[in-house]
Amino acid sequence: MHTRWRLTLARVLILLAFTGILEILCAAGTIDPLTMQPPHRILLDLVHLLGSGSFNRAIARTLSNAMIATSMAIIVGVVAGSLIHRIRGLRDALDLLFSTWYAVPVLAFYPLLIVIFGLTNLPSIMIGFMQGVVAVIVTTLDGLDRVPRVLRKLARTQHMTTLETAWLITLPAAAPWLLGGAKLAVVFSIIGVVASEFLMAREGMGFEISYAYNNFDNARMYPLIVLVIVFSVTVNSLLLRWEARLARRRGLKP
Amino acid sequence: MLADAATPLVTLRGITRVFPPIAGGGQPIHALGPLDLDLRTGEFFAVVGPSGCGKSTLFELIAGLQQANDGTIAFEGKPITGKVPDGIGVVFQEDSCLPWRTVRGNIALGLRKSGLSRAEQETRIEHVLVLMNLVEFASHYPAQLSGGMRQRVCIARTLVMEPRLILLDEPFAALDQQTRLLMGEEVLRVWRSTSATVFLITHALDEAAMLSDRIAVMSARPGRILDIVETAWPRERDSRILEDERFGAISARLWRLLRDETIKAADAH
Amino acid sequence: MSRRIHLMLVLIGLVVAWEGLFLYAGEEALRGPLETLQDTAKLLTTTLFWMHFGETARAFALALALAVCGGISLGTWLGFHRLSSELFVPMLIGFASVPKVVLYPLVLLAFGLGFPAKVAFGAMFGIPPIALSTIGAVANIRPVLIKLGRVLGLNAISMARVVLIPAVLPEIMTGLRLGFSVTLIGTILGEMFAARRGLGYLLMTAIGLHDVTLIMSLAFVLTSLAVSASAVLLSVDRRLRQKF
Repeated sequence: MHTRWRLTLARVLILLAFTGILEILCAAGTIDPLTMQPPHRILLDLVHLLGSGSFNRAIARTLSNAMIATSMAIIVGVVAGSLIHRIRGLRDALDLLFSTWYAVPVLAFYPLLIVIFGLTNLPSIMIGFMQGVVAVIVTTLDGLDRVPRVLRKLARTQHMTTLETAWLITLPAAAPWLLGGAKLAVVFSIIGVVASEFLMAREGMGFEISYAYNNFDNARMYPLIVLVIVFSVTVNSLLLRWEARLARRRGLKP
Repeated sequence: MLADAATPLVTLRGITRVFPPIAGGGQPIHALGPLDLDLRTGEFFAVVGPSGCGKSTLFELIAGLQQANDGTIAFEGKPITGKVPDGIGVVFQEDSCLPWRTVRGNIALGLRKSGLSRAEQETRIEHVLVLMNLVEFASHYPAQLSGGMRQRVCIARTLVMEPRLILLDEPFAALDQQTRLLMGEEVLRVWRSTSATVFLITHALDEAAMLSDRIAVMSARPGRILDIVETAWPRERDSRILEDERFGAISARLWRLLRDETIKAADAH
Repeated sequence: MSRRIHLMLVLIGLVVAWEGLFLYAGEEALRGPLETLQDTAKLLTTTLFWMHFGETARAFALALALAVCGGISLGTWLGFHRLSSELFVPMLIGFASVPKVVLYPLVLLAFGLGFPAKVAFGAMFGIPPIALSTIGAVANIRPVLIKLGRVLGLNAISMARVVLIPAVLPEIMTGLRLGFSVTLIGTILGEMFAARRGLGYLLMTAIGLHDVTLIMSLAFVLTSLAVSASAVLLSVDRRLRQKF
């Protein structure tokens, strides 16, 4: 526990030192203020912008889209994963599709989705969903594979019905993997939603960054970039911590 | 309740188990039998045999987890057909504690369908917690316990259902020798205090010799029963009978029966 | 053997789904499978395509080289040095979770519009997965193998050649496969925003002009390239895993 806090402290110090160097470079004029504003300025701008509420719509839209995409990815992924796990042949067939899925430049299909669905929230959500769902399917399959056979036998010696077996044995046993899949779904959905907004949208954090960039509006762009980074890193590390706690309690490798 | 030789608790007649060939061709595997066996009510019965001789198959057949290709198995006179009969408790070789439930939660699993009131369930759980020396660990998670403790939890989870037949499949295989001897004593204690019949699969000859009233020695695959050794130990016994001169004689007899079969099994691999 | 049948079934399924989507969305939005194939064939005969293709290939090759060297060195360092790994691995994981497109203004400001920017973009995508898999591979080397090497009196070079490299290879290969894919995606994204040449740029202009034919053909070419490369690497990966 003690060392963990010291490590966190050391990480914070490293980041602070890095920020400090940027600050000095900016102050010394090595970095042109037109290129990048000094970190303290970015921070002030961020506080100001968040306070003014002018980003609230963009943040709300990105968050709600990412949340819809994540939930869809998790629900569809777990259900599809459980079904595919039962059908051996289907799984073999889809294996190749799943393992090459993340090689597909999904964003290249975004313009087509816009033509089909219009410039609504839907194309963004679809991209987030497509990024997330396969990770959930794959981790669900993995988790179900790892349910120890002895626990399935235990279910039979305890006279459990199919539903009881799923609820009392299979799902909890696969839970660490399901959680891992959910974590990936969150991260990938955020990436997909923000990236698609960046490419083409009317609203959202990704859109705001690209808009600010095109208008050389550094006072908006940098705070937004920082916001997106802080948000995704925070979400990811919270989920990682939860995952680690679950794994520890199970006696799995942390 | 003493052994009642007239009506066996379990009867196996002409049991044969053949596994279909593994996908992609090959021969079907004749794992077991034909085999006849009676388990007497209240006895402590062990099965030893070379690895791969079908011990675990025999175990799963009696537990109702597999079905024989040929022959009949009856528990208390009723045939066992693809379902674990009420009154049979099963402890597996692998750790089968549910890691997401506490010790108490694991033990309570066995009482879900008992129809007992909450209070009665609590009483039973407390009773087995005491019996298996788990009281102070009741709210621990399995990951916080040693392998021996986890296996005790599994035994407790079986006992809480008050089975009339307890099946143990190499339950101590993963434990060190000292812990095994002590766990053996615990099982003897439980056996005496519950008057259940115990059926133990093991590959450790000393374990079988120390614990059992009767020991079946199985042949290499396809598994058949070569001989049944009677130990004639008193019902009150513990690991100190290792010093008894008869213990050496029994172990030696088991090994004499098994040696050739073990060589045969090793060559077959 | 059955693998091939499965592959065929998946491909047929995809084509059917594509055709279905086409029938639903219509000529405005999509092209059907057959048409796309014809359009693509036509596209492949133009010099314009090959000019952009060459540009992308060059940028990708460089980005991949950077990602592989950078990722493996970073991963080896973090894998063997405990304190650094405890300090920096969480940061690396954090970086991997950031939508990297939002960093593109920074990359542009640092490298300017053009070739270096898209290379940097590609490498930025590729380094985290390769580094993370290398760290995992190093952490998973069975300690007994290292002890064995020491008992045999191997020097550092033989230790690496005889023990370490073979032990980490299969797992790193998985990271390389992933790294290959995301580096390609990163490079193309970089071209979409930060270049005046390359397939990504071509795609971006097609999007701007609502040229559905060109969008479809390019998406088809890019997807087929990425998927077949990934499939080849996957089979290498599987063979390595079987061998060890």
